[in-house]
Amino acid sequence: MNSPLNALLVVVLALNLFALGTSRLVTVIKIVSLQGVLLGLMPLMIEEHVEWESLLAMGGTILLKGAVIPWMMMRAIREVEIRREMEPLIGFLPSMLLGALATGLALLFSKSLPLASEHTAPLLVPASLATIFVGFILLTTRAKAITQVMGYLVLENGIYIFGLLLLGVIPLMVELGVLLDLFVAIFIICIMVNHINQAFSSLDTRRLSELKE
Amino acid sequence: MDMALIITPFAAALIAALLPSNRWRPWLTPAAGLVHFILALRAVFGTAPRTGGEWVGFDPAGKLVLLLVSTLFMVTSISLIGYLKSHPRRANRVFVACMLCTLGSMTMVAWSRHLGLMWVAIEATALCTAPLIYFNKTTRSIEATWKYLLIGFVGIALALLGTFFLAYSMLHAELKASLVMDDLLRAAPHLSKPWLHVAFVLMLVGYGTKMGLAPMHTWKPDAYGAAPGAVGTLLSGGVTGCAFLCLLRIYQICCAADEFAFVSPMLVFMGLFSMAVAGVFMVGQQDYKRMLAYSSVEHMGILVLGLGFGPAALFGTLLHLFSNGLTKGVLFLSAASINRAYDSTRIDVAHGVLRRLPVSGGLFLAGFLAITGSPPFGPFISEFSILNAGFGTGHFVAGGLFLFFLLVVFIGMGSTVLPMLQGREAEPAAPSMHRDSFWTVAPPLVLLGAVLMIGLWIPVPLNDLLHSAVEFLEVQP
Repeated sequence: MNSPLNALLVVVLALNLFALGTSRLVTVIKIVSLQGVLLGLMPLMIEEHVEWESLLAMGGTILLKGAVIPWMMMRAIREVEIRREMEPLIGFLPSMLLGALATGLALLFSKSLPLASEHTAPLLVPASLATIFVGFILLTTRAKAITQVMGYLVLENGIYIFGLLLLGVIPLMVELGVLLDLFVAIFIICIMVNHINQAFSSLDTRRLSELKE
Repeated sequence: MDMALIITPFAAALIAALLPSNRWRPWLTPAAGLVHFILALRAVFGTAPRTGGEWVGFDPAGKLVLLLVSTLFMVTSISLIGYLKSHPRRANRVFVACMLCTLGSMTMVAWSRHLGLMWVAIEATALCTAPLIYFNKTTRSIEATWKYLLIGFVGIALALLGTFFLAYSMLHAELKASLVMDDLLRAAPHLSKPWLHVAFVLMLVGYGTKMGLAPMHTWKPDAYGAAPGAVGTLLSGGVTGCAFLCLLRIYQICCAADEFAFVSPMLVFMGLFSMAVAGVFMVGQQDYKRMLAYSSVEHMGILVLGLGFGPAALFGTLLHLFSNGLTKGVLFLSAASINRAYDSTRIDVAHGVLRRLPVSGGLFLAGFLAITGSPPFGPFISEFSILNAGFGTGHFVAGGLFLFFLLVVFIGMGSTVLPMLQGREAEPAAPSMHRDSFWTVAPPLVLLGAVLMIGLWIPVPLNDLLHSAVEFLEVQP
């Protein structure tokens, strides 16, 4: 058993539900950035001796997910002057319940997964699956471009949690490459958000409906 | 030596970003394209043994994709000069730099023998191409880019999860986990089966999104419709080819793990489903650029179907990767000329193309015949070879459906293309200064020549390369 890690994972799961339940965009951004910082700390609790390489990857994760991305997103919403997510496809409470249900199912489901013996104890696999699912809910049921991006980040966080099982397998270069890609992705998205707002006077992606059969 | 292939495009991109002259900047693309092409020829057909260690290096499958990407880039970069000349007032700094970065990251995909590195490179191609799709800065291109980014990101994220699952399947089998292809192939027979299966499904969905397989193709018509023709060529021939290479990697691992029976039905289904969806949306299509996008969905389906038919169809599949990529170049580049002459991508506006643009119209017609699998063009040979292998391996129903969908697509595409090319120009035809010129005609003509040559006689070096790639993919370590 690795109790500090499990405790952190429980906090991550709670943050998922919190992100589903709130309508304030600033709160969602803060939640996702806190989640990013917690994820960045996790390798410390898994590895016995931390090497400089993993310290570098951890530092990069915390800096990017905890500071740089939230800063860029905050700037983006300040420029477009949007505060709240309105009229989601599924309401806030129902989506929170759906998220809780998904978390429960992930816990049950991962019991039946064949896991390597050293990994059966921690919550890593169910937490990863649940977080990925919550990311999907945010991505598909919210109308505002910013919230969809936060959904993508939550999805990415879920995948990161699974990646913790493979600590030391994924080389530093690849980890940094993934982070760099994420950074550029968010950078491009922020530019796009601005242009969407200018062209459509709104960040409601349901207005992006000119192209269809 | 191989390193130069990566450095050239990125260095040229850096120069493009720093160069102040809007007029001279576009010339960087053909210059870098030419250097890249010469280096690529040396890397592909040279006799030097594979270098670069375990992580990187050009194996035969990678060489094939490198050759395709480099050829397409060099040819399209020439048409780009004409394109940017006709938009002299628009800043092209970002556009040119992103074109070159796209070439660099596509080369990186072909070079990688490490699945993590390959994932990073694929994501990089998605990022570099987004500003290219957005180049026209209309509301339509905003919408297209947004969908491209969001759907693409989610797809690639799933592929990353699949990559992690694959590594975990090694860990689960109490092996030292690794994402290097050589290690994975060696360990393949011992991999934990359930994790391998899930990894394959996730990677099929993830990289399939990037290829544009149905039902994850929804970004494709929008993106191809909004992107300039040269970008459409790179996307439909190069980027999809890179994503297909990723799929080939996981396919090879599954085959080495003796799991062909698991992956084959899925590939056949995805292939036929993509063809069916493309057929449905192509019939009565009113927009010729969107029609080309659906044609791309169809041909991605054919590639995946070919994989599903097994080793017997590999030669045809790899040849089809090549012939489809080149033919798409002909179509997108000539469609770009038509678009410029009529300022519309709708077939009710673009009428009588053969009268206004005899050469581009003729090229579009030839491209249409080639892509629908008419002899004597390249896609005919490759499709025939896939079909042959399908029947040979007992896939009679799938083979029959394959033929049927080809027919549907032929009729659907023909009913869009032929009225557009023939007929009279719409009455007060919008006056346009655009006529066929060297820059717009020469690149698709060269590509058409290559497609025709593949159809009549596959050059010996290419044939050898294809055979060595088939051998490489078949060999079980």
